[in-house]
Amino acid sequence: MAAEKMALAKAINESLRRALDSDPKVLIMGEDVGKLGGVFRVTDGLQKDFGEDRVIDTPLAESGIVGTAIGLALRGYRPVVEIQFDGFVFPAYDQIVTQLAKMHARSLGKVKMPIVIRIPYGGGIGAVEHHSESPEALFAHVAGLKVVSPSNSADAYWMMQQAIQSDDPVIYFEPKRRYWDKAEVNREAIPGPLHTARVVREGGDLTLAAYGPMVKLCQEVADAAAEEGRSLEVVDLRSISPVDFDTIQASVEKTRRLVVVHEAPVFLGSGAEIAARITERCFYHLEAPVLRVGGYHAPYPPARLEEEYLPDLDRVLDAVDRSLAY
Amino acid sequence: MTESTAARKPRRSAGSKAAGTTGTKAETTGKRTARTTRTTRTAAQKGSETELVQLLTPEGERVEPAKNSPYAEYASFVADITPDELRGLYRDMVLTRRFDAEATALQRQGELGLWASLLGQEAAQIGSGRATREDDYVFPTYREHGVAWCRGVDPTNLLGMFRGVNNGGWDPNGNNFHLYTIVIGSQALHATGYAMGITKDGADSAVIAYFGDGASSQGDVSEAFNFAAVYNAPVVFFCQNNQWAISESNEKQTRVPLYQRAQGFGFPGVRVDGNDALACLAVTRWALERARRGEGPALIEAYTYRMGAHTTSDDPSRYRHDDERAAWEAKDPILRLRRFLEAANHADEGFFGELEAESEALGKRVREVVRAMPDPDRFAIFENVYADGHALVDEERAQFAAYQASFAEAEGV
Repeated sequence: MAAEKMALAKAINESLRRALDSDPKVLIMGEDVGKLGGVFRVTDGLQKDFGEDRVIDTPLAESGIVGTAIGLALRGYRPVVEIQFDGFVFPAYDQIVTQLAKMHARSLGKVKMPIVIRIPYGGGIGAVEHHSESPEALFAHVAGLKVVSPSNSADAYWMMQQAIQSDDPVIYFEPKRRYWDKAEVNREAIPGPLHTARVVREGGDLTLAAYGPMVKLCQEVADAAAEEGRSLEVVDLRSISPVDFDTIQASVEKTRRLVVVHEAPVFLGSGAEIAARITERCFYHLEAPVLRVGGYHAPYPPARLEEEYLPDLDRVLDAVDRSLAY
Repeated sequence: MTESTAARKPRRSAGSKAAGTTGTKAETTGKRTARTTRTTRTAAQKGSETELVQLLTPEGERVEPAKNSPYAEYASFVADITPDELRGLYRDMVLTRRFDAEATALQRQGELGLWASLLGQEAAQIGSGRATREDDYVFPTYREHGVAWCRGVDPTNLLGMFRGVNNGGWDPNGNNFHLYTIVIGSQALHATGYAMGITKDGADSAVIAYFGDGASSQGDVSEAFNFAAVYNAPVVFFCQNNQWAISESNEKQTRVPLYQRAQGFGFPGVRVDGNDALACLAVTRWALERARRGEGPALIEAYTYRMGAHTTSDDPSRYRHDDERAAWEAKDPILRLRRFLEAANHADEGFFGELEAESEALGKRVREVVRAMPDPDRFAIFENVYADGHALVDEERAQFAAYQASFAEAEGV
């Protein structure tokens, strides 16, 4: 059976299973990834089938998880480590930024760091603080790291395969609010390159660019806008570092308007980079300034306020209106 | 390497015995018993009967622990050491010191941007470095020039990063000697992960991780201790306690003697006289061999002293007294081994004379190589940022090339 409908979390699970099965050097490491199968069950059943030596429950120490993964990579392993939640990555940030990102360059190419760091990220699930953040820009800013975020089950499956096969460290941000969304996964389809964006909905009036959890929202926005007679194109970036600017540029040259949507704070976020680059590339095509919709320059709020903080249908539609008003 | 420990016979397990005895008072009866030194300098040592393993006194006298002493186990690891091996240790220390002095001078002459001298720590580094086997893996901090020497890394390769032509300078897998790590303590985790990999591979080699007393305050070092213990990883943590983390003394780092930390993590810790190459060799052999046998990690605290500045940018006169250095000069690691070699008739004037000539030649070579070291190609900025490439790097490389080319055009070239 080539294609099968599965939830995004299950797609990652299946992808990890495939990687463990096909390459004995692949390891899963993290807190609670073994017996429990992860707090989101993304690694469910893997330790049972591949053993404690391949699917490793670690001490509660994020720097230790990433730091030892670096050592294992130096020994020839391909660790896939889980950081339990977005806000917990910071104890490991030093290892990721000062060590993992730079090892290949420092060794003049002699050493490779094929490590995937999985981070369930983003809000919308009513969690307590440090469980809903979107720190992707902090990683995308660091040379030596690659940063991706799938938006659907098929991408989740294939992008994980490609991330594990990459000889570069890949920060793999999992949109936790989409973990339970089901979609078709074709295990035999040959995917395009990991770092390419994809137009997931064609349109002529304005381009919405988003990744991870916001892609679904943007598709809903496009549906709503269509009822008002507006044709929006939706680009799923898929990769946050590098960004596939060519695909965005092609879309913007067609629609002449761009709104970038992400959950992370707007200030110095990935939307700022996209706005700057697209303005540079498409200056004479643009009919309106590139607008951004995202979080505020404030700590992620308590759950009862997160709907105010997160981009929603109306906020994105408002940005669409503002862009079209120019 | 002047010697190999590969052929050494496995000895009986020393794990639990050593763990239970290293922090306790040794039996010190009789002149021929391993000397114990109670240190009173800092709070870190006060309140405990801290003792260190010593096999050569500062006067160069060989001390043998009594058979029933807890230190007899360590001493047994150098019981059969030959005069040739002893001369080898001496030679390594002399050449390492000479290299270090040359690098310091080169920094003063403006040839290096910075230098981190190992002066005073030769015994800790050579003793431990010579205990490693070819298939062991070493994770240094940025001062392990003596260990690099033992691993066969060309010393001039160590100077690239200090001259500013690269951020590493050697292939880590060429000599199983990882790149210098500047961020304090990070490499303790890399070492532990590597050691976990050795276990997974079913190999019988071991890992040694170097760090200083300052690094003991870092979370990564504690996390490394814990991971190593939990996974029973074959890693030896080798802390060179040189008394000062830039200007901060042991008192500002710890309230317990560092080797005692190991107990809380569940593996043995030993304090060794870090100025005694023989004792460092013995204790490190002990720790590496038990690691290779699958008995897990160990912590060695080499109690030593950084004779010079932290780096050439540092001014130790602002934070420590000359008399402290003078007291440690009397314990000089090279002098004590020379005294022993001379007293035991293991080395003659011919040996010392040849070594002096070799030392001069090394200094000359280092000077020449450093001065001839070219600046890297300007496009090196964009090399090896990623193994698989990255669109932004490609784009910026092209922009950089166009910008560079514009100068040639402006000059009508």
